[in-house]
Amino acid sequence: MNLEHIISDLVFVKPELAISVTLVLIVLVDLIFKEHKKVLPYISILGLLFTTIFVIEQFDISGHAFKTSAGAGLVTVDNFGSFFKIIVLFASFVVIFFSINSSEIELVKDRHGEYYTLLFGMILGMFMMSSSADLIVLYLSIELLSLSSYILVGMLKDTIRNSEASLKYVIYGGVSSGIMLFGISLIYGITGSTNLYDINTIIQGQNFPFLIFLLSGLFVLVGLGFKISAAPFHFWTPDVYEGAPIPITAYLSVASKAAGFVVLIRFVKITFIDGVDEHGNWQLLSIIDWQSIIILLSILTMTLGNFAALWQDNLKRMLAYSTIAHAGYMLLGLAVMSEEGIMAIMVYFIAYALMNLGAFLVVMIVANKIGSEEIDDYKGLGKSMPFLGILLAIFLVSLIGVPPTAGFIAKVMLFISLVDANLITLAIIALLNTVVSLYYYIRVLKNLYLIKVEEEKPDIPVSFANGILLVILAAPILIFGIYFTPIINFAKESATILGF
Amino acid sequence: MLSVGLTHFLVISVVLFSLGIYAVITRKNAVMVLMGIELILNSANINFVAFARYGDFGLQGQIIALFVIVLAAAEAAIALAIVLNIYKTISNINVDEIDTLRD
Repeated sequence: MNLEHIISDLVFVKPELAISVTLVLIVLVDLIFKEHKKVLPYISILGLLFTTIFVIEQFDISGHAFKTSAGAGLVTVDNFGSFFKIIVLFASFVVIFFSINSSEIELVKDRHGEYYTLLFGMILGMFMMSSSADLIVLYLSIELLSLSSYILVGMLKDTIRNSEASLKYVIYGGVSSGIMLFGISLIYGITGSTNLYDINTIIQGQNFPFLIFLLSGLFVLVGLGFKISAAPFHFWTPDVYEGAPIPITAYLSVASKAAGFVVLIRFVKITFIDGVDEHGNWQLLSIIDWQSIIILLSILTMTLGNFAALWQDNLKRMLAYSTIAHAGYMLLGLAVMSEEGIMAIMVYFIAYALMNLGAFLVVMIVANKIGSEEIDDYKGLGKSMPFLGILLAIFLVSLIGVPPTAGFIAKVMLFISLVDANLITLAIIALLNTVVSLYYYIRVLKNLYLIKVEEEKPDIPVSFANGILLVILAAPILIFGIYFTPIINFAKESATILGF
Repeated sequence: MLSVGLTHFLVISVVLFSLGIYAVITRKNAVMVLMGIELILNSANINFVAFARYGDFGLQGQIIALFVIVLAAAEAAIALAIVLNIYKTISNINVDEIDTLRD
């Protein structure tokens, strides 16, 4: 790896470079123009626009960059990674608009520079995660994401809820990433390499001690499971999601989870694959039985998420458990171990990003006004906020997976891939879980519309910008619910992971 | 004559790892929990360096260890800042008593 190669490979990390430049720019503007904090979000949006252009430019280009050996490098660029980068970018746009209107973020006016800088730290981490092909780059980018998000979760220093959430996040996060690093060190010791492609070549040729490999694989899974909040590594999720400022909660629930899924899929597929047959089914090496592990994990995750959500009184906390349940559904797509399953995960992520961001945005607008996220406080609000009420209903119905919403299409794709892979029992378990989830989503709608209250409820005005943003999130949910060919084609095009 | 080999380093790293996990689980003081995390990270570091030295894999492992040391410092700085902030707010850093968020 000489200097010329490094410079010529910089083309592959153009989006990451754009993000880094924006990050530095935000710091400089914050330092030099102390009185003009209001421009920071607009600089961020500008930076994101450039990044979007570069990511779209990169679509359909694939290759290894920063090669350390003959075949593979530290970074891979492929459509699969680019797809998740687009999801991350979309979530970032929405969250920056969130932040402009959030009364929580408004409280820390003097620290807006830090806020947007750290947000870009998170984006950079997630981008590196989407394209890393080396366990160490992967670990460092996960840590870049985590370290930024620890601070963002505790952004409001004086609120005990915020500080407690960030303490819990840093402790759980530190332990799980430490365990993951230990797993990586064992893999390095066994195979002598940290590159996913090289490890794959090495373990195909020889017999390795089974137990130690299983152990190191599981250790790495702890760190990745933490990021996607799969049970039993989900303990932080409800506390952190409830305690964090709402824009950050929304961001963690969509973008950070998307990045976690890319890494998990890449790790399982590239490291342990033996071959792909003509139907797109993966033949994994028999050294670790990933399919059983993932199936177990997904059943545990969705059941736990759905049942725990039944008892929640705080809407933010309920949505946190619901994101755990959704992570469980998406793990099913990985359990199928085929291109079709990966495609289902991608379609699911498009729908999930729209409906989850939308639901959190409504919660934020209501919390800005009434200062509470308790489900009981939503009683009778359907009358005083007709516009928000209808949109919240759309988002929640889509989260359940009822037609004609994008959530329905996503679930159908998932179930089709499960049935095609003869995992019918698993499909039935997922279906039963969906029925359970009906109860807690409908409870919110019941409070909104069916319960009569004596006292006068305050009017909740929606600013023009928020209204537009909500429509941008809600309209595709309904459109994709009926006209879903474009997202399925988009996912199909993007489901190619470089190498196999 | 006994010479120090890979096994010795691996045993030390496993002991450190277990002690780290033990500290995280049993300690009530947030700073002690953070020290446990530090032990876990350093046990992985010992592994990296030992494998690089005895495994004939080149220098990669030792460079990784350098990265991890830097990262551990950053993580410790952030975690201590968060703990300090909690201490300023409620004058207590016992992780069992910080429980306003729960089911």
